[in-house]
Amino acid sequence: MKLLRLLVTAITAFIAALVTVWPAPTLAGEGGRTAKPVIEIANPGKCIAPADEMRRNHMEMLKHQRDRTLRAGIRGEPASLNACIECHASQKTGSVLGGKENFCESCHSYVAVKLDCFECHQPKAKFKAAGLKP
Amino acid sequence: MSNADNNPRRKFIAAAGAGVAGLGFTAIAPGLHLMAVGEAAAATEARKAGTAASPTVRWGLLIDAGKCAPGCTKCIDACHTENGVSEKLPDARQNSQWIRKIELVDRRDGRKTELPMMCQHCANPPCVDVCPTGASMKRADGIVLVDRHTCIGCRYCMMACPYKARSFVHAPLTEQNPEVPRGQGCVESCTLCVHRVDKGQTPACVESCPTGAMTFGDLSDPTSDIAKRIASVPTTQVRSDLRLNLGVRYQGI
Amino acid sequence: MATLNPRHEEGFFYLLAGIGGLVSALGFAAALYMEHSGHVVTGMNNQIVWGLPHVIAIFLIIAASGVLNVASMGSVFGRVLYKPRAPLSGLLAIAMLSGGLFVIMLDLGRADRLMVAATHFNPTSVFGWNVILYPVFYALVGVYLWTMMERRMNPYSKAAGLATFIWRVVLTSGTGSIFAFLVARQAYGSALLAPMFIIMSFSWGLAVFLVVQTTMYAWNNMTLPPLILQRMKNLLATFVAAVLYFTFMLHLVNAYFAKNIAFEYFILFDSEFASQFWIGQVLLGSLLPLVLLFSPGTRNKVLWVNVAALLVILGAYFQLYVFIIGGQAFPLDIFPGYDVASSFMDGAVDHYSARLPEILLAVGGLGLAFTMTTIGVRILHFLPQDDLAELEAASGIKD
Repeated sequence: MKLLRLLVTAITAFIAALVTVWPAPTLAGEGGRTAKPVIEIANPGKCIAPADEMRRNHMEMLKHQRDRTLRAGIRGEPASLNACIECHASQKTGSVLGGKENFCESCHSYVAVKLDCFECHQPKAKFKAAGLKP
Repeated sequence: MSNADNNPRRKFIAAAGAGVAGLGFTAIAPGLHLMAVGEAAAATEARKAGTAASPTVRWGLLIDAGKCAPGCTKCIDACHTENGVSEKLPDARQNSQWIRKIELVDRRDGRKTELPMMCQHCANPPCVDVCPTGASMKRADGIVLVDRHTCIGCRYCMMACPYKARSFVHAPLTEQNPEVPRGQGCVESCTLCVHRVDKGQTPACVESCPTGAMTFGDLSDPTSDIAKRIASVPTTQVRSDLRLNLGVRYQGI
Repeated sequence: MATLNPRHEEGFFYLLAGIGGLVSALGFAAALYMEHSGHVVTGMNNQIVWGLPHVIAIFLIIAASGVLNVASMGSVFGRVLYKPRAPLSGLLAIAMLSGGLFVIMLDLGRADRLMVAATHFNPTSVFGWNVILYPVFYALVGVYLWTMMERRMNPYSKAAGLATFIWRVVLTSGTGSIFAFLVARQAYGSALLAPMFIIMSFSWGLAVFLVVQTTMYAWNNMTLPPLILQRMKNLLATFVAAVLYFTFMLHLVNAYFAKNIAFEYFILFDSEFASQFWIGQVLLGSLLPLVLLFSPGTRNKVLWVNVAALLVILGAYFQLYVFIIGGQAFPLDIFPGYDVASSFMDGAVDHYSARLPEILLAVGGLGLAFTMTTIGVRILHFLPQDDLAELEAASGIKD
């Protein structure tokens, strides 16, 4: 029993040490082994909230606003996906998707989080559908 | 079914919804009950940013089939352009159709009529009742929508809709308009151009109609053009036997 | 039946389990393909929105609750004959429900959103109810099996059996209500569908049970005692006749309403579904089994009773195909009194033919149910153990 407790303490201490020493896998981290997401910001300083808050909470903001807009019909609030895309679409390709330099895809592929928005939403800024002649 | 039939049981059955077959449609205009009348709710003005859709408004359409030009598909083209409905799959039955022209031939006298058919924006929508996740929903102002964030693509609403108004997106899409998100694996239908209505515009089909056969407005506002016309001319609700209280009314059928 | 060489027996089991597993895996792969490409690769469209996967899934779900009836008759109604069969019936119920749910969930347009289905609940939706009905059914059958197979829990088996029986009645009513609550289409929207689905489940579940039981007896070089065979086949015949009666009444009432005459004429006489109804459901699926179950030459033969049971299962397929596909193929009567035409199949009869992905998915569900049953009966003790003396003593009084 005593031995077991000793073992647990040792393992805990080891993990704690590891966590302190290991390079933090964040955007600000210094570890150079992984390719960093490249983010192109066309209009710096225009965002609806500081970058730190956006990085952490943009999904919550979008989710709350999507329900308010679709279900209650509230328009013109700040956290609009279309507004994000208008500002953050790549100046080269006009899209937030497509490759490593594209705003949404860049980070999402870095953190390996599935991007579901663009199954339905248009990732290109100022896109106008050609429409159909049936 | 005979009109002179005075058997009370038959009357009950007819009243319960079975009797439309031989009678055509019942004109409902004189007895029409409009829902809560709002105090001069801004009929076709843009709603202010940050305000929710109002339950005192009931958006609706009045379609005059008598003015609908044979062979004209302007409303369909306008709708599908506005909403980015452009896919052409090898099996045409798998393509989405938010609005379609139906050609009617009266079996009694062969009279021909054409009219556009789309989501009827019921006050009691069967699609909303049957949706397992609540993705099919009715906005406070009566517009029936699909929340594609929670639609799982079970198609139960398509089984339930009496107007065949809904389509299932059968293939991946890339040509969506930014204001009209739509995608593979979800069910969709006419949104009454909710993105335009919220800006104070009329739906694309109404705007495109060359003969002015379509009127858009607030059914709950007695001073609105649409409410006045419904009060003055005989109009019908399609499948009125189902008592779904439709937002889309027809004239001339 | 030929006897099975014990040396080959084990290999044969692995072969069966392997085939079942492969078929299920193919079904899953087909679902991934449909998920990736969209339903454009299937034969389903905007008129016929539910296709072959739904036919098979609904068969499995109905039969799953019906097969549990065997257990209920033992535990709830105290029939000695059915008590030793209760564990097998529970296993089959779980296996078939799993197969059915496998198909119906993987056919969803957004199968990846299963979590949404579990966390968003619309109380007015029959599908929404089913999200509650199915997991509770699993749990109840699980507990019921436990009370039967764990000796210390035996005293609770009757209570668990009763709870399970009540729940399965609710569950099958729920399945029938999926269609009973549809006001739009002429084939559906009848309160009769809920009780009819229950009687269908009795018939199909018992047919499946008989076939599985016979296979297990043959596998173990045993034959079903004639007394048991006779009881079970009589019960099957009763259920088959009852389903036929419900079918007759449903169509008769429907055909009496002027608004539905065109549809009834279509489904019974003037479509590809007419032959499936008369030959598939009525002749092969109902009348022929009844003849086999009552004819002096066949009624006491294990083989022929099983042929009858298989025919009932075949008839079930045709019945659901005609009901689900046929009901959607007929155009909606949006403008009564008018001939209509449009670009969206208004006024036109649609034709459905299943394509490979959905066929594989549907068969995959059958494969999953088969695999779960095969492995289940192998690792746990499910072979009915009859005490014939007790049975004969009881039969004079009870049956």
